Amino acid sequence: MYEFLSSFAQTGGLIYFVVMFACALAYALWPRNQEKFDAAARLPLSDGGPSDD
Amino acid sequence: MTTNQLSVRTGNNSSIIGVSAVLGIFLLFALLMMAFAKDAGMGTQALTFLVLGGGLFIGIGMWAGSLIDRDPFDESRYEDTLVKFGVAASMFWGLAGLLVGVIIALQLTWPSVFYFPEFGWTNFGRLRPLHTSAVIFAFGGNVLLATSFYVVQRTCRTRLAGGMWPWFVFWGYQIFIFLAATGYLLGITQSKEYAEPEWYVDLWLTLVWVVYLLVFLGTLWKRKEPHIYVANWFYLSFIVTIAMLHIVNNLSIPVSLTGSKSVQVFAGVQDAMTQWWYGHNAVGFFLTTGFLAIMYYFIPKRVNRPVYSYRLSIVHFWSLIFIYIWAGPHHLHYTALPQWAQTLGMTFSIMLWMPSWGGMINGVMTLSGAWDKLRTDPVVRMMVVSLAFYGMSTFEGPLMSVRAVNSLSHYTEWGIGHVHSGALGWVGYISFGALYCLVPWLYKRKGLFSKSLVEWHFWISTIGIIFYMVSMWFAGIMEGLMWRAYNEYGFLEYSFVETVEAKHISYIIRMLGGLLYFSGAAIMAYNLIRTALGHGEATELETATDPYAKPEPRAALAPAE
Repeated sequence: MYEFLSSFAQTGGLIYFVVMFACALAYALWPRNQEKFDAAARLPLSDGGPSDD
Repeated sequence: MTTNQLSVRTGNNSSIIGVSAVLGIFLLFALLMMAFAKDAGMGTQALTFLVLGGGLFIGIGMWAGSLIDRDPFDESRYEDTLVKFGVAASMFWGLAGLLVGVIIALQLTWPSVFYFPEFGWTNFGRLRPLHTSAVIFAFGGNVLLATSFYVVQRTCRTRLAGGMWPWFVFWGYQIFIFLAATGYLLGITQSKEYAEPEWYVDLWLTLVWVVYLLVFLGTLWKRKEPHIYVANWFYLSFIVTIAMLHIVNNLSIPVSLTGSKSVQVFAGVQDAMTQWWYGHNAVGFFLTTGFLAIMYYFIPKRVNRPVYSYRLSIVHFWSLIFIYIWAGPHHLHYTALPQWAQTLGMTFSIMLWMPSWGGMINGVMTLSGAWDKLRTDPVVRMMVVSLAFYGMSTFEGPLMSVRAVNSLSHYTEWGIGHVHSGALGWVGYISFGALYCLVPWLYKRKGLFSKSLVEWHFWISTIGIIFYMVSMWFAGIMEGLMWRAYNEYGFLEYSFVETVEAKHISYIIRMLGGLLYFSGAAIMAYNLIRTALGHGEATELETATDPYAKPEPRAALAPAE
């Protein structure tokens, strides 16, 4: 039982984290997202009140 | 408009009833615990809660009772009053925590002078956790509460969710601080570093923290801006991870439901590993991700430049949180912890170099095109120097986590020096920078009361940090070498007390450094109070004459100079 659980946690955990991180990287580096990120980088600079969208 | 003529309550006030009900239940518990207290400490703590919680209960009642014809949670405006309270609390606890730091530095330097056996609560053992908790959780925590509430509203373009609940978070957190601090002085502690409060205070903090998480998530949920800005990711990871760490590390069973003592669920090396998993991630997710969120909002805002690389900020975020959580075992080198776990902790600590430096570079490079601000704006300089200290201490930390280096540095003053270059340099300076930004923005002033006082603060504190760091490096490496020195017969060269004696000069310099840093913070408090009052250069903004015309102090961005 211990052997099974530990190998499941170790191997499964490794694969899960690597895949998750690869997804985060892909999201960050995806060329199509560039425009969105350029806008996001300026987000703090223009903050109107909650009423004016 | 006719409804305004009638004396009716407007808006949704159910959160006021909710907060009062929760508070009422806990006041009842406190009353029972005081009545059946098993020890004097618990009696005092329950009474403290009754006084503070009761005061809050009555305060809410009086405030809500006078709420006529006004929606206290007007969705068309930001909740800024709460942020003002948070700024004031940060300043108060910051000064208190730094002062206690100076006192315990004096105690270490001249132990026979600053020792008062008739006042047990002034003992170093009780004041030391008071200092660490006051600066980390009271000062740092209030800075994070205030800035997170400020930033999440602006970047989501919506008012804080939950009506009265954010106020519950703020006051509940102050009650937690007060209970923890007075508990330490009474000698109530569960002896876990940075997690000293006993079980009942832990439970109260858990409730406050879960409400904090819900308020933050609720605000994100009703955001008007489709993209969730990166600072909010950092704040969210801080809130979620601290909740997880706090709950797991404080799993304990109270000896009695009306007594202050509890017993840990874990024992031996498991307990040690849980403690340092908590302890190191308190550094990672309280003192790092929370304050990186401040960096990602306040630096671009202050220098009026976009984030240098938004892509890097995303990679920064995910790599930091994926790696940090594993670094804890480096606190347990050469202990009963299995060697593979020690090596794992060391390896992940070294890997942390990359995200740490990536983030630092992203923050500093945000000044691209506005480098002159380093010279003209001392607040910007303070924040950039904080990044320099961040880079330095995140370089030093991984180095110290290497087992061979750790064999020299562990248990010595080097560790104290390392922690303080991060705490005073990084956390302190980025917080001071944020506070210097916030007060003029919140009170709609053209600038700070006095820019030259900021210069004074900056230079006095920086000299203080350098005194602190250099003296502790010197003391730490010296005592580490003295501990491991053997003579030709294979005996230890020095007795322990000789290594303590040898640090006396370093202790004096460290105390001076701390005193300088405290003086700088006192100058800041004075400057910020005068700014809020509108004195000196802190004249009112023209747009602020009609507060309803533009609810956001956006024009405050236009530098006064």
